[in-house]
Amino acid sequence: MAPFVPARPRPDCVTSPANAPLIELRDVSCGYGDRVVLDGVNLKLERGQVLALIGTSGGGKTTVLRLLGRQLRPLSGQVLFDGQDLAPLDLAGLYAVRRRMGMLFQFGALFTDLSVFENVAFPLREHTDLSEAMIRDLVLMKLNAVGLRGARDLMPSEVSGGMARRVALARAIALDPDLVLYDEPFAGLDPISLGVAARLIRDLNDALGLTSVIVSHDLHETFGIADRVAMIANGRVVAQGTPDELRHSDDPLVRQFVGAEADGPVRFHQPARPVAEDFGVAP
Amino acid sequence: MMALARRIGAGLRGTLVDVGAATRLLFTLLARSPRALGRFVLVREQVFYLGNRSLSIIGVSGLFVGFVLALQGYYTLQRYGSAEAVGMLVALSLVRELGPVVTALLFAGRAGTSLTAEIGLMKAGEQLTAMEMMAVDPVQRVLAPRFWGGFIAMPLLAAVFSAVGIIGGWLVAVPLIGIDAGAFWSQMQGGVDIWSDVGNGVIKSLVFGLTATFVALLQGYTCKPTPEGVSAATTRTVVLSSLAVLGLDFMLTATMFSI
Amino acid sequence: MQSSRHDAWVGLFVLIGGAALLFLALKAGNLLSLNFDETYQVSARFDNIGGLKPRAAVKSAGVVIGRVESISFDDKTFQAKVTINLNKGALFPKDSSAKILTAGLLGEQYIGLEPGADEKNLVAGDVIRQTQSAVVLENLIGQFINSKASDMGSTTPASGSKP
Repeated sequence: MAPFVPARPRPDCVTSPANAPLIELRDVSCGYGDRVVLDGVNLKLERGQVLALIGTSGGGKTTVLRLLGRQLRPLSGQVLFDGQDLAPLDLAGLYAVRRRMGMLFQFGALFTDLSVFENVAFPLREHTDLSEAMIRDLVLMKLNAVGLRGARDLMPSEVSGGMARRVALARAIALDPDLVLYDEPFAGLDPISLGVAARLIRDLNDALGLTSVIVSHDLHETFGIADRVAMIANGRVVAQGTPDELRHSDDPLVRQFVGAEADGPVRFHQPARPVAEDFGVAP
Repeated sequence: MMALARRIGAGLRGTLVDVGAATRLLFTLLARSPRALGRFVLVREQVFYLGNRSLSIIGVSGLFVGFVLALQGYYTLQRYGSAEAVGMLVALSLVRELGPVVTALLFAGRAGTSLTAEIGLMKAGEQLTAMEMMAVDPVQRVLAPRFWGGFIAMPLLAAVFSAVGIIGGWLVAVPLIGIDAGAFWSQMQGGVDIWSDVGNGVIKSLVFGLTATFVALLQGYTCKPTPEGVSAATTRTVVLSSLAVLGLDFMLTATMFSI
Repeated sequence: MQSSRHDAWVGLFVLIGGAALLFLALKAGNLLSLNFDETYQVSARFDNIGGLKPRAAVKSAGVVIGRVESISFDDKTFQAKVTINLNKGALFPKDSSAKILTAGLLGEQYIGLEPGADEKNLVAGDVIRQTQSAVVLENLIGQFINSKASDMGSTTPASGSKP
């Protein structure tokens, strides 16, 4: 489907020119307590593109998502959304920026006391003054986009994991955001749901003129829909480029990751005493 | 020796930090309350979950407490020929002390734990984070309505407890034991003052409602987002609420009923 | 305002709570004296009312014929002024006497009204002249000790020494 970028006025935030990157991380270092998770990370993402963040577990991918939503603040460096530094924003400014983002959590994070319909209606009810009729129409349109218009009255406990994630996606796009962040959207899905989820992410990105950032371990699906891929390991961006470029990379770490090899720069054996010592074998 | 002192110091510091964080949460809660009260539907929903759903346990407990008070009171009073004062005994015990305190303890056990578990599970399921990412303040949307719901529900529950208890006492004293109904009521009405007894009881139940609800919300909001964390938080809610209610009861009683 | 499906129940709960509070205030407390009979008011003065409380019974021949309305202190005569509501059907002569009696040893105190012989009856606003105060235990004991002492003094004049 051809990309479609609608022209909409953005009254709340400072806007950068339309061809500037929507999100940018400049020399960002971030950590929890003593542990430094990211060190000197530089990333850019143009509007309308899908960026996949891959890397080892605990390498810092989810931290990047949290930085983008300002759930975390960087120790140094800048996180820019639409040309605006997120760090100095007050609560009102932060909420104005967050209204332009949607986030899909790993297991959906649906509100368990509300029905599917009410979950998707939640952002509309909180942030708009639309009439019930309008809200109903909007919610049903979003549910239709993810194929769950018939599930509108079910409760979150009554839908499967894959469906819950689709409902969460409908909720994330309820306010027509500019940026959607996906935290492990493919984890634990059966092959059909996997395919559906990947298709939805790509199609919605193009149809609604979104920009998407996906954190995932599922290289096959992710490489199939991403425009750009960034691999984060040991707190740095070790590789950036199109999916093809990473598939044919020479970097040993990238090769081990993409090729799913058991041993390489990421060692198989945890550092331990010599084998002879543990098993009493004569050296 | 040094290790012990260090542990005590760290524990004290931890407690100070907790108290500070709790105070900050309380102030944030109060600051967001006007907007939260503006959406009164949410508060009404919470009054239903905290109040209506507790009515049965409060009513039944109140009835039995009234029965027991009348029985025990009668056995002691009739030794001095003052059996007719049992009405006053039952009414004063309930209205001044047992109504507010027992209701608060039952409330902490029933409604408080359900609040803590609900909010803890919302935290564990990333629902609160999702709300923040949707630019909705969870303190305003989730905590404040529950706080005011508990505040409204508690004094009503305490009044129901006391009233049902008095009726229970009447049931045991008049039809069962045979005390004169007129003496029962007139002694009671002579001994119970609307402002210093019933009024103080209402003030107590308001204070206890604030305390029990806030402790429950705090434990849920600050718990570790794991199953063990939520379970530990619910236990802490009951223990802390009960201790706080009993401690406050002593302070309030000393202030109100001393002279 | 949006409505919730629980609104009716919440309303019921609040009503029940309010009714409970009202019950406590009226029936258990002393907010109102719920007397449905027609009454007329008279007053009586006592030197000592003992433990008499408002809403105490006024009985004659053991039957409740009224209630104590209020008790106040008259600082001109230094007596207690007790206002009584008597039922309209209970008419007493003007020279009736009022005594403060106790039901049981430590029981509730009430006023006992004994009729006099006057032709005219008490009307609203009248004052009962003949009153007998409550028995105060300490005075009783003091009287007892004194009478015992004077008995001992009169029977053994030689050995007795007046305290």
